Amino acid sequence: MLVLGVESSCDETGIALYDTDHGLLSHALHSQVEMHAEYGGVVPELASRDHIRRVLPLTELALKDANKTLQDIDAIAYTQGPGLSGALLVGTSFAESLAFSLQIPTINVHHLEGHLLAPLLEDNPPAFPFVALLVSGGHSQLMRVDGIGQYELLGDTLDDAAGEAFDKTAKLLGLGYPGGPALSNLAKTGKPRFKLPRPLLNSGDLNFSFSGLKTSVLTLVNQHQPLDDETKADIAYEFQEAVTEVLTIKCMSALRETGLDNLIVSGGVGANAKLREKLNAATKRKLCKVSYPRLEFCTDNGAMIAFAGAMRLKDMQSNTDKNYSFSVKPRWNLSELQAP
Amino acid sequence: MNLLAFDTSTEFLSLAIMRDNTVFNYDVLAGQTHSQIILPQIQHLLNQAELQLQDLTGLAFGAGPGSFTGVRIAAGVAQGLGFGANLPVVGVCTLMALAEASGASKVIACLDARMGEIYHAAYVKDAAGWQAVIAPGLYKPDAVPAVDGADWVGVGSGWQTYGEMLAAAYHGQVQSTQPALLPMASAVIILAQPIFEAGEAKTAEHAIPIYIRNRVALKTAEREQGMRL
Repeated sequence: MLVLGVESSCDETGIALYDTDHGLLSHALHSQVEMHAEYGGVVPELASRDHIRRVLPLTELALKDANKTLQDIDAIAYTQGPGLSGALLVGTSFAESLAFSLQIPTINVHHLEGHLLAPLLEDNPPAFPFVALLVSGGHSQLMRVDGIGQYELLGDTLDDAAGEAFDKTAKLLGLGYPGGPALSNLAKTGKPRFKLPRPLLNSGDLNFSFSGLKTSVLTLVNQHQPLDDETKADIAYEFQEAVTEVLTIKCMSALRETGLDNLIVSGGVGANAKLREKLNAATKRKLCKVSYPRLEFCTDNGAMIAFAGAMRLKDMQSNTDKNYSFSVKPRWNLSELQAP
Repeated sequence: MNLLAFDTSTEFLSLAIMRDNTVFNYDVLAGQTHSQIILPQIQHLLNQAELQLQDLTGLAFGAGPGSFTGVRIAAGVAQGLGFGANLPVVGVCTLMALAEASGASKVIACLDARMGEIYHAAYVKDAAGWQAVIAPGLYKPDAVPAVDGADWVGVGSGWQTYGEMLAAAYHGQVQSTQPALLPMASAVIILAQPIFEAGEAKTAEHAIPIYIRNRVALKTAEREQGMRL
């Protein structure tokens, strides 16, 4: 079965073709990051305007790269939520209308399920059950995953998401938007000089809190005016140490509490080299396994949506009286999902 | 020639199918449910006209101006259907669709654009069709561009929300108004037909909305200069 995946929930338009026999055949992506950078953040209306220009040309590109035609597609999976409602509607209206014209089924995919399952797109995929750390600009969650649609939330952020903390701290250091990757880059030249708190490290639960770190950085920035490049790098270094240390220790606690020995990491912050270094070392010490998606699938993409859709083909087959009515779910709790 | 047209730029869903010379219509107050009903109702109207999607010559849609989300649903549906069924598409300006729907020949079309502004255009119909005397634009209702002569008809929701201001601006030039008139799909189809006949319809990826209002956010530098939208 050949599944077309459509992702347009935020600032990336992603299209992919996944074959249940032959795996991922192609994927095409357009990131709007540069467009939003001038505005200091994602402007929802501009995001929607860009998606509607990209979605069809990217679909043509994905088909061409896979050497397939529209008639080869058996089902269309698209992100129904959560995300920006206007942005979601672009992918949704295109996907449903395309499916209507081809008279094939659609599969509504939860964006975070896409991220959660993304490491399964790689060779030697991890087997269920596993602990998943989902860290991005919008989420910082630890979950126990027993199978498709079987997700138990173990811990969540009480305030900012980890990626959000990276971006906000980068802004304090004058690194622009989105500053997360720039901050990680700057941290490479930093040295251990400052000491920032490790929020909720000993809270006894698996929750996170990152907004206080940002305040501590602000205090440091104010104490060291005017900021020289060395100080900036040293702050960036310590900030990254604090976030990645908390994430790593909570992941290890989650493995211990669940008794599982398998960790997967997904989302934009999952691309962070320091986090990967710490998680690799910690899991190795405890004889656990850790898996990541390839770097390009840490951020939003169509491949994970096509894949999650393919894993839910059963849902689609039970949905035979389809009338192509569609709607989006800007807010949608992952725990509402069920096994196919 | 068989055409399907749809408009979702207002709170109505308006559909029309032209099968040779017979027109089938469906218009309903949709509120915010356009996405839920548009494809089922298209199927319904196709059944009524005894047509398959593949029997169509092309698709026409109300491209805007209007609700940003609404016109993007129409564009998304036009792209999906046009791409999937290999049909050419024509986007029609909703202000011109208002003019066509009015039955008049000198029209000042105004749509409420929210935020104290209107989308505005003025059209005159001659032997060659509609000519835009004043091109579509975004204006404050008390600062609309002047038109020449009398016997204009004022149409569209702008005349509902800002009737007095517009009547004052065009004092003595407007003979009547149709404030409740909508950019109907039946008018979209009439305007699109000659474009299909001329072979000027485009492939589906060209189904892109007309927004008119293009400043929707301030850049960081603009905010720092104290600029406002």
